[in-house]
Amino acid sequence: MGQDFWTYFWVIGTFGTYIAIAVWARASSTDDFYVAGHDVHPMVNGMATAADWMSAASFLSMAGLIAFLGYGGSVYLMGWTGGYVLLALLLAPFLREFGKFTVPDFVGDRYYSTAARMIAVICALFVSFTYIAGQMKGVGVAFSGFLGVEFNTGIMVGMGIVFIYAVLGGMKGITYTQVAQYCVLIFAYTVPAVFISLIVTGNPIPQLGFISDVRGEDISMLSKLNTVVTDLGFQEYTQTNKTTFDIFAITGALMFGTAGLPHVIIRFFTVSSAGAARVSAGWALVFIALLYTTAPAVASFARLNFIDTVNESTYIADDADYETEAAAIVAAGGKPTPKWFKDWEKTGLLGIEDKNGDGVIQYRAGDDNEVTKLDRDIFVMANPSIANLPAWVIGLVVAGGLAAALSTAAGLLMVISSSISHDLCRRTLFKDMSDKDELRVARASAAGAVVLAGIMGMNTAKLGFVAQVVAFAFGLAAASLFPVIVLGIFWKRMNREGAIASMLTGLISTFSYIYYFKFVNTDPADWWFGVSPEGIGFLFMFLSLAVGIVVALVTAPPPQDIQDLVEDIRVPGTRRSHGIADEGMAPVPAE
Amino acid sequence: MSEPGYKIDGKGYWREVIRLTLSLLVIWFAVSYGAGILFRDLLDNLSIGGAPLGFWFAQNGSIYVFVGLIFYYCRAMNRLEKKYGVEG
Repeated sequence: MGQDFWTYFWVIGTFGTYIAIAVWARASSTDDFYVAGHDVHPMVNGMATAADWMSAASFLSMAGLIAFLGYGGSVYLMGWTGGYVLLALLLAPFLREFGKFTVPDFVGDRYYSTAARMIAVICALFVSFTYIAGQMKGVGVAFSGFLGVEFNTGIMVGMGIVFIYAVLGGMKGITYTQVAQYCVLIFAYTVPAVFISLIVTGNPIPQLGFISDVRGEDISMLSKLNTVVTDLGFQEYTQTNKTTFDIFAITGALMFGTAGLPHVIIRFFTVSSAGAARVSAGWALVFIALLYTTAPAVASFARLNFIDTVNESTYIADDADYETEAAAIVAAGGKPTPKWFKDWEKTGLLGIEDKNGDGVIQYRAGDDNEVTKLDRDIFVMANPSIANLPAWVIGLVVAGGLAAALSTAAGLLMVISSSISHDLCRRTLFKDMSDKDELRVARASAAGAVVLAGIMGMNTAKLGFVAQVVAFAFGLAAASLFPVIVLGIFWKRMNREGAIASMLTGLISTFSYIYYFKFVNTDPADWWFGVSPEGIGFLFMFLSLAVGIVVALVTAPPPQDIQDLVEDIRVPGTRRSHGIADEGMAPVPAE
Repeated sequence: MSEPGYKIDGKGYWREVIRLTLSLLVIWFAVSYGAGILFRDLLDNLSIGGAPLGFWFAQNGSIYVFVGLIFYYCRAMNRLEKKYGVEG
């Protein structure tokens, strides 16, 4: 069976499963559509959250990024997992006890203000659209790179699939497809990781291989990697050239941003109670940790293996017969360029230029480096072929990348659709809308959002800034949404004026800083306190907290109804309806 | 929902929740920002298996502790809820 057969087999097989689940899990009410009926099992929700959270970037790019950054890549590992501790301890159970549908619901009702709700809607929409364009682009890349389908056609196929299950099933359909997608992506990630760990260290568990010796040698894998990379002129693997303060700030922005991202938070509205939300956050992190603790191991193995096999290897021309040439090179005492390298060169993700004309590849830091193209996604994509795994595993990795992209896109679509149909239409513009009408609008806005996201994905080549703006998503979530939600729960005195001031401060300061240093002046020497745009959300989060507290203290305290509401959401099982806090919509009690 | 006539000591419960949350956040901070970033150089003098300890905390260790923290929190909260007669 050829490679194409297996890739099609997995892609069509998994897509068929997603559609079957969507038909089975149709939504019949807004309750189903927004929060899957509030009765998802905590572990199932944890798994869905993990798929929701791990995007095409986590699956395809993160290990490669860490392979190049070494210690510097730790910001992603700690940042994108540590946020779940904040979610479990500070947000998820209380928001579930609050008992409504969306993040702007909480902001609008807790701060008794339509203006606050609208600012939260803007933040949620901005963050989600930024993120979703990248996912659609990932879908297009996977299709065009592996199935020879045109980039735009690939995006349209992806859009079609998400359209079916998001529009039909809403959160209910998305939840169960995400569970299936998690299984596909984790299997596709760990199988090649186990084999590459065996090859490099002899230990089948990547997390243990990470701290073991190189197979057959008396030196630890990481020390060998350090020696090898410094010999070639690269930064020592376990060190970084970023300042400690910048590492600190980026980790912080990613952690607090994770906890403030609407598409992650809304997943915790789908379970039955505050207690279930806590357990669910734990399960989510378990499922995420499976991939996130494997990634740094894969990164170091791949870097070491790449240098071992490619550096100083004799290049075999495209028109030569690989097997005979390779045998001749080995017979002459040389090292042939590995077969997988030749295969992946065709995709354009790898490229070489024999600068000194000696027919041998020199991989170096600096100008005489002959590996002129080394895409970071290659380390995950090429793992199965590096490990000599059969063709079906390579097809599975493609399906895994697509699963990661589609599951995240679907979660983001829910935020976009509910922000429009629920927060904008039902809660603000047309307060007497019926449940049926709201469901119709929700479906229509999900459909519109899919199309818009697809168009954005198709234009990412023109809109070259998409990769740049992920910093926006985390920075804004950390500086604008996280502070008002936490203060809303933990500080009864926090009021409408404080919330609006705090969100605006976070939104404007973070947006301006990132915009200025990404697009106007890209010179790192001018960064404030040496903090990169990726990390600035962390500093502005404190500014936003401070502004919110000061403004709240100099203005009138919130009405008694609101203070009673806060008391209730702190103590599980005591939630009652409270006048102005709940006049627009009654809370859903815990079961 | 609480039984009529039975008053939950919400304030006492909340005080204990805050104490628990803060102590867990101290650990959360210590393993990531502490061990993985601020004191990394110091910890790198030690090693776990073949990895420098600070580096390992930054790339693997902190994540294991995070998972442990959340499940500990769930258990501790269930105990607190039982103690105060709160329904989780």
